[in-house]
Amino acid sequence: MPSDANTAALAPVAVPAARPARTGPGFAHTLLPLASSPPAMVGIALILFWSAAALLAPWIAPYPPNAPDLLALADPTPSARHLLGTDHLGRDILSRLLWGARTVLAVAPVAVLGATTLGSLVGLVAGYYRGWIDVVVTRISDIVLSFPVIILYMIILATYGSSALNIILVITVTKAPIIARIVRGITLELRGREYVAAAKMRGERPLAIMLTEILPNASGPLIVDVCLRMGYTIITIGVLGFLGIGLPPPDPDWGGMVKDTYGLMSVWPHMSLFPCAAISSLTVGFNLLAVGLREIGLRD
Amino acid sequence: MTEAPVLALDNARVSFFLRAGEANVIPGLSLAIQQGEAFGLVGESGSGKSTVALAIMRYLGRAGRLTSGRILFGGRDMAGLDPAALRAVRGRQIAMVYQDPMSSLNPVMTVGRQLMEVPVLHDRAGAAEARAQALAAMAEVELPDPAAMFGRYPHELSGGQQQRIVIAMALIARPALLIMDEPTTGLDVTVEAAILDLVRALRERHGAAILFISHNLGTVAQICDRVGVMYGGELVEEGPVRTVFRHPAHPYTRGLLDCLPTLGRDKHAGALRPIPGQVGSPLARPPGCIFAPRCAFVQPGRCTTHPIPHLALTPAHRVQCVRAAELPAWARPRAASAGAPPEQAAAILRIERLGKRYQVQSLFGAKGPGVIALEDVRLVAQRGRTLAIVGESGCGKSSLARILAGLHPASTGIAELDGAPIATLPVERRPPRLRRRLQMVFQNPDATLNPSHTVGYAIARSLRRLKGLSSAEARQTVGALLESVELPAEFRHRRPHQLSGGQKQRVAIARALAGDADILLADEPVSALDVSVQATVINLLSRLQSARGTTLIFISHDLAVVRYLADSVAVMYLGRVIEAGPAARVFAPPFHPYTEALLSAAPNPDPDTHAQRIVLRGALPSAVDRPKGCVFSTRCPRRLGPICDETSPPEQDLDGLRIVCHIPTPDLAAAQSAPRRP
Repeated sequence: MPSDANTAALAPVAVPAARPARTGPGFAHTLLPLASSPPAMVGIALILFWSAAALLAPWIAPYPPNAPDLLALADPTPSARHLLGTDHLGRDILSRLLWGARTVLAVAPVAVLGATTLGSLVGLVAGYYRGWIDVVVTRISDIVLSFPVIILYMIILATYGSSALNIILVITVTKAPIIARIVRGITLELRGREYVAAAKMRGERPLAIMLTEILPNASGPLIVDVCLRMGYTIITIGVLGFLGIGLPPPDPDWGGMVKDTYGLMSVWPHMSLFPCAAISSLTVGFNLLAVGLREIGLRD
Repeated sequence: MTEAPVLALDNARVSFFLRAGEANVIPGLSLAIQQGEAFGLVGESGSGKSTVALAIMRYLGRAGRLTSGRILFGGRDMAGLDPAALRAVRGRQIAMVYQDPMSSLNPVMTVGRQLMEVPVLHDRAGAAEARAQALAAMAEVELPDPAAMFGRYPHELSGGQQQRIVIAMALIARPALLIMDEPTTGLDVTVEAAILDLVRALRERHGAAILFISHNLGTVAQICDRVGVMYGGELVEEGPVRTVFRHPAHPYTRGLLDCLPTLGRDKHAGALRPIPGQVGSPLARPPGCIFAPRCAFVQPGRCTTHPIPHLALTPAHRVQCVRAAELPAWARPRAASAGAPPEQAAAILRIERLGKRYQVQSLFGAKGPGVIALEDVRLVAQRGRTLAIVGESGCGKSSLARILAGLHPASTGIAELDGAPIATLPVERRPPRLRRRLQMVFQNPDATLNPSHTVGYAIARSLRRLKGLSSAEARQTVGALLESVELPAEFRHRRPHQLSGGQKQRVAIARALAGDADILLADEPVSALDVSVQATVINLLSRLQSARGTTLIFISHDLAVVRYLADSVAVMYLGRVIEAGPAARVFAPPFHPYTEALLSAAPNPDPDTHAQRIVLRGALPSAVDRPKGCVFSTRCPRRLGPICDETSPPEQDLDGLRIVCHIPTPDLAAAQSAPRRP
C-alpha cells in the first residue's frame, strides 16, 4: 500500500525536540481536523441548526405549537402567515417542527448516552473476563438483537405506558447490545496488549484497567458509532411517534405529526412531508458527522 | 561493465506530498545494477530504501512522485510506460519479494494455483504446462514433496516455506530484475540462513539481477556483490561488499558497524558505541551533509554549507563525504572478552521441572491432548547478573516469561523468587511486596505504552502502585526516574506517538524500575529497534544493572546481543532447555548441535569470516506433535540414529555447563573445535 511506504519512510521523523507537548486530553486537538472534512461540516451545520431551533423554539416559533388557527383551515398550504402551512387542525407546522426538535433532541441524546454507558460496561466486562460472563452476556444480547424491536417497543410501551422516560429506557435496553458487541470486540483485541499486561503487573484493579487502559483506546470507534446511533435513534423516535406509542399528544412530535396527517397525503402532502424532511435532515446530519469522524480516524 | 545496466537510477528525486508540505524523501539517487549482479541496499528504518523499491516499480501511490531524474529499466524510462506496458514489466520482468510472505499470498487459494497464475497470465500457458512449471519452481526452491505441497493453502505452510513459495512465484516468470525487500526479516535465524543459501544458489543458476534491501548488514554481506548504504534518502556510500565492510569510508557506515554487537564481544570488553542523535526530518533537510548533525568528524564550515558531492575512492567505491580521504583508518572492534568472567553469585530465582501445557477445550468441555509449551525447565538466575534465554520462535521462551511475570500460570513445577513460590501465582494475587520485585519490559515498543496516557502518567501510576507513593510524591519522582533512563524530565508530558521506538523502550524500562525491581524480565526488548538505537538501549540496561544491582532475565533470539549482555545463557528448543551454563562456555565448544547451528546461522557483517554454515533441514515440529525422543532429533545434523528418536537424551553436566544430548560431550567437543567460530 502506498500509504504504508509513506509512513514507513517518514516514521522516524521522530519527534523534533521543539514539538509542543500536549498536556490536556486534547479535545480541541481531536476535533479541529473536522474543519477540513466537508461531510462533517455539513453534518455539524444540520445538527447545529436543529439544536438552535430546539433551544430557541419558545422565542422564534411564530405561534404556540398547539394553537389551532381556524382561519387557516380553509387553505392549510404554505402562505405568508404560515410559512410551512398548517396541519389538519390548523396548527402551524413550522412552530410544531421547532417545538418538536426539543423533544427529539432531549430524548435521543439521553437514550443514546444510556445505551452507550450500559453497552460499554457490559462489553468491557464480557471482553475482559471472557469465560462464562462473556457467554451469558453475548447470549442475552443475541436474544435482544434477534427479537423484532418494533414488537418489543410496542409490548413494553403498551405495558408501562408511553412517556419520555419509558422511551429512553426502551431505547437504552434495545441499543445497548449493539454497543456492547462493538466494545467487547475492541476489548478482546486490546486486553492482550502489552500495556494492559504492564498495568496488571503494577497491580491495577480490573475495573481500573477496563476504564483507564482499555476504554480510552476504544473511544475512537465508539464516538463514530454513537453518532450513527443518534441518527438511528431519531428515526426510532419518529417510528414510535408514527405508531402512536411515542410521546403522548398533544406535545409536538415529528413522528406523531406524520401519523396524524399521512391520510391526507394525496390532498395536502406538505403536512406529512415537512416533518419527514425534519427527521431525515437531522438523521443525515448525524450520519455525515459520523462519516467525518471516521475519516479523521483513518487519517491518523 | 560493458553491457547496459539492467537497472539504472539517474539522479532520481522522490517526494511525498503531505498536508504538512513536500517531504523530499529521496533528494537525488543514482545507482546502477548490472546483469547478474546482486546489489544490497542497507539502512535503518526511514532511510528511504523501501521507497527506492516502490519508485522503481512505480508503486508510489497518490502522495508520492518521482519529481525529477530518471529510472531506467533495461534502458527504458519507467516513467514513460503506459499502463499496459507497466503491467507487462511488473511481475514478469521485475519481480518483487516482500517481507511478510503471508500478505503476499492469497489465503483462499492453494499455493500451487497461485504459482500457476504467473505463466497463465504472462505467457498465456495452458493449464498442464503451467502446472508443470509450478511444480518445477517448487522443486527449485527446495520445498519438500512439491506434489503434496501444491494443493496446500498458505496457512498450512511454515513462514520459511511461505517465503520459498513467494520466491518461486517471483522466479517462475524469469525476471531480469528481482527486488527483495527485507525477505528474511520476519524469519528465525536458522530459517533465514536456509533462505539466503537458496537465494545464492538461485542467483548462480538464473543470473537475474537482484536488488536486496535489508536493515541487516550481515545478510547483505552474505548475499551481495555490491552494497549501497542509505541514510536520510541518500546513498552515502557505495562499493563492493568486501571493500565497504572491510574499509568503510563514510562515518555513518562506520557507526553502523561499530554499534553492532558481535559474537566475539561481551560487556566486559566495554560499552557498545551507538551513533549519537536521531534521524532528521525529511521536511527540513540541512543544506550540507545530512549526517553532519550526528557525525563525530563534522567540520562546521566544510560539511554543513553546501551539498556534498560523491567522492570516488576507487572507481568502484563512492562515498558522499568531503572528509572521506582524511579520516583515520577504521578497524573492526574485535576486543575479546576482557578479564575473567565474574564469579558466581547467589541464586535469586530458581526454576525446577517447570512445565506448561495449553489445554484446548472444545465446545462441550471435552479436553484435547493439549499443546506442550514448556517441559521440565530447570534454570537458576543469579542475583545481579544477566541470565539470557535464547531460542527461535516457538521454543517457549515467551511462555516462560509470562509464567514468571504471573500473566499465565504454570501447569507443573516450581519457580521460586528468593524462596517465594510464583509459578502458579497470578500477578493479581501476588502480594504488593512480591509484585514489586519482578517487573517486565515487553517486546513491542508500539504496544508497550498506552497511547491514551502521557509518559508521566504511566510512570507515576507505577510509582504509586508499586512503591506506594502518594500522587504528589510520585509526580516529583517521575523526572528523576526519566533521567535515570537518559530521557529529559520534560518527556513526562509527551504521549507515546511523540516518541521514537528507542524512547518508548526507555520509558518502559523506567516504568518497570519504578518499584526498584530486583528482577527485570525483558522479553526481546531490542529486537524491534534499529541497530544504533538497539546499542543505546543495551548500554542502558547494562549500566542500570551495574548501578542498581538488578538481576536481568533477558529473552532474545539474537545471539550477538546475548553474547554481549549475558553472564549465563540457556538455549531453548521446543519447550526444553537443551543447553545452559555460563555465557563464555555456552559460546565455546562443546555445543549442543542446535546451539552450534544457531551460532553458524547468525548473520555476520564481517566478510572475512568464512564460516561453513550449518543449514537445518525441515521446519520446527508442531508443539502438538512433538518428537518422542530428543526434541531436536527431526532436524539434528549430528543425529546418531534411532536412539535420538526414541529415548529422551541424558543431561550431561560439565562442571556447570549442561548439555542435553545423546552424543558424549568429548565427542561433541572434538567434532566442533575444528576452526569455525569463536
